[in-house]
Amino acid sequence: MNTQLRPALTIFALLTVITGVIYPLTVTGIAQLVFPNQANGSLITIDGKTYGSELIGQQFDDPKYFWGRLSATGTFPYNAFNAENLTASSGSNYGPLNPALIDAAQARVDALKAADPDNTLPIPVDLVTASGSGLDPHISVAAALYQVHRVASARGLSEADVVALVNQFTEGRQFGFLGEPCVNVLLLNLALDGIE
Amino acid sequence: MNIYDWIQPIFYITVLLLLAKPLGSYMARVYQNERLFLDPILAPVERFIYRASGIDSKSEMTWKTYALAMFLFNILGLLFVYLLQRVQGFLPLNPQGLGAITPDSSWNTAVSFITNTNWQGYSGETTMSCFTQMLGLTVQNFVSAATGMAVLVALIRGIIRHTTKEIGNFWVDLTKSTLYILLPLSLVVALALVSQGVVQTFSEYQTVSMLQGTTDADGNAVTEQVIAVGPAASQVAIKQLGTNGGGFFNVNSAHPLENSTPLSNFIEMLSLLLIPVALCYTYGKMIGDTKQGWALLTAMTIIFVALIGVAVWAEHAGNPAIQALGVVGGNMEGKEARFGITTSALWATATTAVSNGAVNSMLDSFTPLGGLVPMWLMQLGEIIYGGVGSGLYGMLAFVIIAVFIAGLMVGRTPEYLGKKIEAYEMKMASIVILVPLVTVLVGTAIALMSEAGRATIYNPSAHGFSEVLYAFTSTAANNGSAFAGLGANNPFYNTALGLAMLLARYWLAIPILAIAGSLANKKKIPVGSGTLPTHTPLFIGWLIGVIVIVGALSYLPALALGPIVEHLLMFK
Repeated sequence: MNTQLRPALTIFALLTVITGVIYPLTVTGIAQLVFPNQANGSLITIDGKTYGSELIGQQFDDPKYFWGRLSATGTFPYNAFNAENLTASSGSNYGPLNPALIDAAQARVDALKAADPDNTLPIPVDLVTASGSGLDPHISVAAALYQVHRVASARGLSEADVVALVNQFTEGRQFGFLGEPCVNVLLLNLALDGIE
Repeated sequence: MNIYDWIQPIFYITVLLLLAKPLGSYMARVYQNERLFLDPILAPVERFIYRASGIDSKSEMTWKTYALAMFLFNILGLLFVYLLQRVQGFLPLNPQGLGAITPDSSWNTAVSFITNTNWQGYSGETTMSCFTQMLGLTVQNFVSAATGMAVLVALIRGIIRHTTKEIGNFWVDLTKSTLYILLPLSLVVALALVSQGVVQTFSEYQTVSMLQGTTDADGNAVTEQVIAVGPAASQVAIKQLGTNGGGFFNVNSAHPLENSTPLSNFIEMLSLLLIPVALCYTYGKMIGDTKQGWALLTAMTIIFVALIGVAVWAEHAGNPAIQALGVVGGNMEGKEARFGITTSALWATATTAVSNGAVNSMLDSFTPLGGLVPMWLMQLGEIIYGGVGSGLYGMLAFVIIAVFIAGLMVGRTPEYLGKKIEAYEMKMASIVILVPLVTVLVGTAIALMSEAGRATIYNPSAHGFSEVLYAFTSTAANNGSAFAGLGANNPFYNTALGLAMLLARYWLAIPILAIAGSLANKKKIPVGSGTLPTHTPLFIGWLIGVIVIVGALSYLPALALGPIVEHLLMFK
């Protein structure tokens, strides 16, 4: 037992230094040099003002903006971190038969229909379901196109102009086959407000 | 479903299988002390570690000493991670001023990380300081994975050698696995992830103003968003590669700053299975018969592909109750738009096939059959690739059972690779299969019969049962994924699930080392006409049959009460 105690302690200490200090510091050093924007949260800074992160969604329920996924984060939607009550990223964790899941989806369907009563398009599922993180920055292309009529009417723009903007902020499948084509909601809404 | 829903899984499995040979032979070279291209950088570090700890890297251990060394090292890890969490408030690198973590949560997390489970009772960004994440959790991600690999290599030596008591040196196997395999791979993966947007910084959380703003639960206006950041990429890389799964953020790899793009998702998913898949080739290479390694890999892959099919199909079929509202599409609850349904279901299957447990979508919100797949994959014993090291040694226990049953049928003493499989090996292999089974079923029963266990179930009806069954399955399989609705960060679950993790890890590793010791001591017998070849399609089919029958017989009654009844209710 005692003969194994010295290697146990020494190797534990040395591997802690190598994997717990040298390794993360090396990655941080290289990351900050080569990919400073990504390493620090992909913040959107335009003319010295920061409007959020490209990768973290924000809550929108005004008819003149595109709406994102439902968010089940604690205290308020799209809460990435709240120091007072220590809440952050979270999914709803509703099971498929949980009445609360159906209620939340129904409420979103009602809100979409109330804001745009003439719209007869089928509602894409990602518009009525909560994302896994509660911070999803994207919606599907169909979900963006569904909202074009409402946003165009609210802003007095032509639908063609709004569709063009949606196309501009659509991210295709990476390398043509990875993931799903989707639209970055915050970037699109910033562009609608003339911030690009 | 469209063509991309076929291309992505096929591409994924193809790339994985193509990498098995190059990485597998590299790892074989590591364990056989051959020359490596990383020697100029890492060999001096390795020699320094041996010198400082006073070990002779040429000296070897009996299985009992090997087990003792492993145990001591893991106990040290347990104590260190526990203490770190209790005193993190007084330590540096704590930009948010996070305080001490409760004793039961600290115990649970410490056990969770030393056993390579990475079950997370806590929420990362609101609980753990950067210091704890780095020196406690990241370190255990490496060394718990290296521990699994060491035990596997010891078992392989047991199979190769004859009439000896020695099965290798734990300290050497541990050090080599960490330095030559896990560390370089992690460095490459971490940087690739940062390029996609995974954060890696020591700065404070970033406060930004929201474009529209919102109101909180009490009706107060909210105009700012605080974006949690930290040294995530370095930890995410090893959490994927080491089949750990403990995320930097609460929602793990569903968080856009932990898994930002479809490419980062692909890299993380590849890292999930990479080492367990390649170790099959390493095994074949080291025993001098690569056909044996390919046979095991084929058996695993057949089960894996079949279950991917079920999960992807079930999630695309979606939830009839949502579709009844005039909504089109499959099940997107708990999934991220950039990944979509196919890669979320693919990830869920991969993360539970290996004992990883990282998630990119919320499994609690999967359809009943979509959720049954990950649960059953863990219940099969985490052997469909399985944890790094632990998956293959679990699979070899099943191989022993399979050759034993085949031997009984023809009335011959079973043998595997020239070693007689006798009562002692069978007893140990049975322990490997029975301990997780008993832990899951008894644990679930106790939780459901106690007030404390039922109090924090989140979803009503059969799904609530599934949450508890999933929790004990995940911890007893050292997986760590969750039906996360279950409130598990309380003294009851922290203690019970902690015990489940400890039992399942060490009562698998120790019997495996015992088998290694026993096999090493045996004489090698030549192949005869009555020898059952273990690399043929017949044996592959036989092995799959044994795995599926044992898995189904053990768990079908419990599954019937959870996901199966829920599925029937959904289409009532």
